[in-house]
This record gives sequence, C-alpha cells and structure tokens, in this order.
Amino acid sequence: MGQKITIEPVTRVEGHGKVTIHLDDKGNVSRTRLHIVEFRGFERFVQGRPYWEAPVLVQRLCGICPVSHHLAAAKALDVIVGAGTGDGLTPTGEKMRRLMHYGQTFQSHALHFFHLASPDLLFGIDSDPLIRNVIGVALKHKDLAVQGVMMRKYGQEIIKATAGKKIHGTGAIPGGINKNLSIEERDNFLHGADPLNIDKMIEWAQASVDFFKEYHKQNQAMIDGFAAFPSSHLSLVRKDGAMDLYHGVLRAVDTNGKKILNDVDYQDYDKYINEEVRNWSYMKWPYLMEFGKENGWYRVGPLARMNTADFIPTPLAQKEFEIFKAYTNGKPNNMSMHMHWARLIEILHSAEMMKELLNDPDLQKNDLVTKGTKVKEGVGLIEAPRGTLFHHYRINDQDQIDMCNLIVSTTNNNEPMNRAVNLVAKDYMTGQKEITEGMMNAVEVAIRAYDPCLSCATHALGQMPLEITLFDANNNLIDKKRS
Amino acid sequence: MKLLIYGYGNPGRQDDGLGNLFVDEAQKWAETESLKNISFDSNYQLNIEDAATIAEHDIVVFVDASIEEIDDFIFTELEPNAKVEFSMHSVSPAFVVHLCKDIYPHTPLAYLLHLKGYEWEFKEGITEKALDNFNKAFEYMKPLLKSPELIIKDFSE
Repeated sequence: MGQKITIEPVTRVEGHGKVTIHLDDKGNVSRTRLHIVEFRGFERFVQGRPYWEAPVLVQRLCGICPVSHHLAAAKALDVIVGAGTGDGLTPTGEKMRRLMHYGQTFQSHALHFFHLASPDLLFGIDSDPLIRNVIGVALKHKDLAVQGVMMRKYGQEIIKATAGKKIHGTGAIPGGINKNLSIEERDNFLHGADPLNIDKMIEWAQASVDFFKEYHKQNQAMIDGFAAFPSSHLSLVRKDGAMDLYHGVLRAVDTNGKKILNDVDYQDYDKYINEEVRNWSYMKWPYLMEFGKENGWYRVGPLARMNTADFIPTPLAQKEFEIFKAYTNGKPNNMSMHMHWARLIEILHSAEMMKELLNDPDLQKNDLVTKGTKVKEGVGLIEAPRGTLFHHYRINDQDQIDMCNLIVSTTNNNEPMNRAVNLVAKDYMTGQKEITEGMMNAVEVAIRAYDPCLSCATHALGQMPLEITLFDANNNLIDKKRS
Repeated sequence: MKLLIYGYGNPGRQDDGLGNLFVDEAQKWAETESLKNISFDSNYQLNIEDAATIAEHDIVVFVDASIEEIDDFIFTELEPNAKVEFSMHSVSPAFVVHLCKDIYPHTPLAYLLHLKGYEWEFKEGITEKALDNFNKAFEYMKPLLKSPELIIKDFSE
C-alpha cells in the first residue's frame, strides 16, 4: 500500500486549500491533488437582490480583489440595462473604469512581485520562510522594498479616486460610472511629489522588468525548468488582437499557438466553456467543450495573456513583449516561472495605460451613464490580475437577480495548478522518506506562481499556515510539518 | 502627538466590520469633541503600503474583529513580527510595524484593539452581542483617544 502526504493550509472561514501527495511502495509519487475549498454560496446569496446592487454586493466576496468583481458585475449589468456589451459606455464612463482597473492590476501585481515572488527569487526556494517576504527584501534590498510599498500605495490611491472609497466602492454602476476625475486628482497622479507620480511608477516598473531579465540570465535553468508543462491559454484580447485587460473578445490558443477559440463574443461563453465537478474537489474544473474534459483545460493570467495577444498597445511594454516572445521563437511560453516575467510586463503596461488615461480630457467630462432598453440577461468578463473572471446574471420581472454564475480566475487555473504541484512533487519527493523543507517550499513556489486567491472576503484569513502531514501505508501519522 | 486609528475588516461580513465601525464612530465622536491630531483610516485588510501610512504618525491603534476566545475586547501593545502566511495577500498589523521599522526612519508606537465578534456571513450589520463589546471598548478608549499619552503610560507601567 502506498503512502499519502497532506499539505494543508488551514483557515477560519472558507477558501482554503491543501495538497495531498500519494507515494507508491517504492517511494515514487503516484498521484497528487491540490484541493481548494471554493465558496460557492455567494451565487445563491445574490439571488433575490435588486440587480443594481450587484456591483457593490460582490465586493463582499473578496477583500483582496474587490475591484475585479465590482467591474465584472458592472459590465454584466451594462448589458442588462441596455448599455451595450462593453463598448456602449460614454468615453468618460469607460475610461474611468479602465483607470480603476489598471490601477488595480498595477498594485496587485506589485504586491505579488515584491511581497510574494521576489523573496523566492532573491533568497532562493530553500531559504528561511521568515526572510522570504518583503521584510527579508527590506533587509537586503531596501530600495526594492520601498518601491513595492509605494507602487502599492499609488495603485490604491487610483482605486480610491475612481471607485470613490477603499471599501465597498461605488464608482462603477450599471451603464457607466458615478463620478469623473477632478483636475486636482489628475494632477496629483501625474505630477505628485516624488515618488508618487506616474513617471516614477513607469520608471520603477521598467526597473522591475529589467531586474527579472537579469535574474533570468543568471538562473536560467531554474526559471525555465521549474514546473514547466504544455497547455492551452485563454484570455480576452482586443478585437485587433491587442492585449486588453478591460474588454475584448475571448481567444484561446493551444500549446503550439494555434487559435482554438477564435475571438468569440463572451456573451456566448457558455456555448464554449463548461465546468466539470469532481467528487474529490470543492472547486470546479472549467474546460473548452470542443476538446472535452481531458484536453479542454487551459491556463489564464499574465502568462496566458502574453500567449494569446498579438501585441501590447503601449510602447515600453510592447518592447518587452517582443523580447518575451522572442525567447520562445514566437511560440506560446509554457514555463510557469515565466508567469513572473509576464506579470512584470503587465505592471509596465498598466503604468503606461494609467499615464495615457490620466492625460485624456475625457476623464473630466460629465457624461457618465448610458441608458438603453433593458434585457433579462448579461455576462461581464474582465482580465483580473490573476486571470479571466466571468460574471453572469439573469433577472426576473421584478428586477431581482434570479441566476448568477461566477467563474473566478483561480478556478480557471485549477487544472494548471494541479499539474504544477504534480511536477514539483515528483522532482522533490521521489525517494524521500520524510517531508523536506525544500519540498514544502517548492510546492508553495509552484502554486504561488499562479497567484491564486485562496481566500475570500475577510482580513483575518491571514491564519493560513502550510501544513504537511505524512501517513504510512497503514494510515498512521508518521510526520507532520507546518510553516 | 499624531494618533492614527486604523480599523480593518469587511463590513459586508457581519462582525468582521467591527474595526470599520469603530473608525466611523470614533471619527464622528472626535469631531464633536474637536479633537485634533487624530486621523482615521480603514480598509478590508492591511497590506504593505500601510507601512508608509503609519510611518507618518507617533501612535497607531489598529482595530480588528476577533474570533479568539476573549471576553469582549482586549487592548494590547504590538510587537513587530515578520511572519507571513502562505500565498496570502494581506499582512498582520505586527508585520506592518516590522516593515515600517525596516524601511522608514520613524516607527510609531503600535497597539491593537481586538473586539470579539461572533458571526461572519454575507450580511451587513454587527450582531447584538458584538455591538455590546464594541460599546464597552469604545467607552474604554474614549479617554485614551483624548489623551494619547495615557496609552503610552498604561503600557509602560
């Protein structure tokens, strides 16, 4: 009989995960599973609520990426109020939302790189967990830590200015936005005292891409080989093929770059994508129906977006995109650790987009909302920092929501994260008789590359240690480790 | 002496909003009392950029809901702590203080007010029991907010 190892992060509310690793009698990894407890009750919770409440209600779902849910819900409701399928808003309405979204992506990616990823890179996967965070970075590279803090702060201030407030923002409403950007706010973001101005943000974003490229040169084998595996990739792209994190058509490419979902209208997403339920997992398994449950899975997020887009419509990020694409000779990049590289290019793109938007006089105009003929159903998609986020609502004659379906980014990456864990477990656990710190760290690093949002809603979810439990062939506990 | 009251939590999750409620009520009360030098902030959770915010103050009081087995509320001094959890996108108040100490020339004295909560579902509003705890804590804190030097004195004794 084989052995089973469990890695279990525990938490107080919903949204936790664990890893189980099964060994055969020879000590080889025979099967791995990443279990993430996804909270599905929210879809029932919104049923019966007036539809116009959804963009605010959905922020209760996640205190980590409330802006993504806020905007995806608002986009779905744009359809319901007859404001078109993403391109029917007033210029001010759309551009204010875009500014909110790029501000969010900028600060979210900055947090991931400076707080979660760069410590792994700077100190190594096997380093002490106590220094594998931004404090460790602060001790050795104070300038990088300060950059991370101030980039987060800048993005948060953009969100506050566009969403109205930090908590339960109300900026996006069905059909548009409820405020514009004042000249004073604009000037602060453009020309604020150092370092809180957009030119400094662009400079730091470029520096972080350069940092990664240099690191890559020195650590090519690890960055290229760690948890690399072929897959399909899915994201929104602009109709002309440009990267667009706010709106577009749905595109998927296979591992060779062939388009397997060819720029379809996401209002019809349920004609192309289905979600499988497996008896051992709380989280669903999305797949492209045409290719079936076994082969239809895909990756979403920064790496996927680099693989689906034809170009990036801002100059500095486009230059980096070309370098990124050249590394794999234009073919899709399937290296999990290159997700960090892709994320940094997106930070740069987001900073450039913010500058472009801040210089656009449409942000000071007063035509904020589009009205039209109401319909019963709408779908809103957005490229959230972690990947494609789906919101789908249907309303009844009393204007109440009677159906809601959400596919969040982490769910879209369910199969890829499982594959990454499997590869790492095979590399680190084969032939081992006990849980090693290196193996535990490597599993963390593999999952972290996807920046999953394992928690929903409450701040106190920080109580999430990583626990590994090892059982012998008779299911007796023989080892237990906790980070 | 510049004092910051920073409440955090998700007010869309019942008692998780205790910290935010404290900030709302304390802000109104501070205005009626014409208290200067107190600023207020709140968010869903703490994060690394809060190190920059607290660095601008002399004293910071974090206010948070608690699921721990405490009676009603506790008010404690914070020790800097560098520990973070796996793949998390938020940090503890002790982490914020530690980060502030490492990257800024000034670090405030930091304290944590923990208010006992009971329910955490997708609802607005604080439960009655948690509201009782809130009221007790608020009364306890009023003289300390009026004279922040008393906080320092209390914990130095």
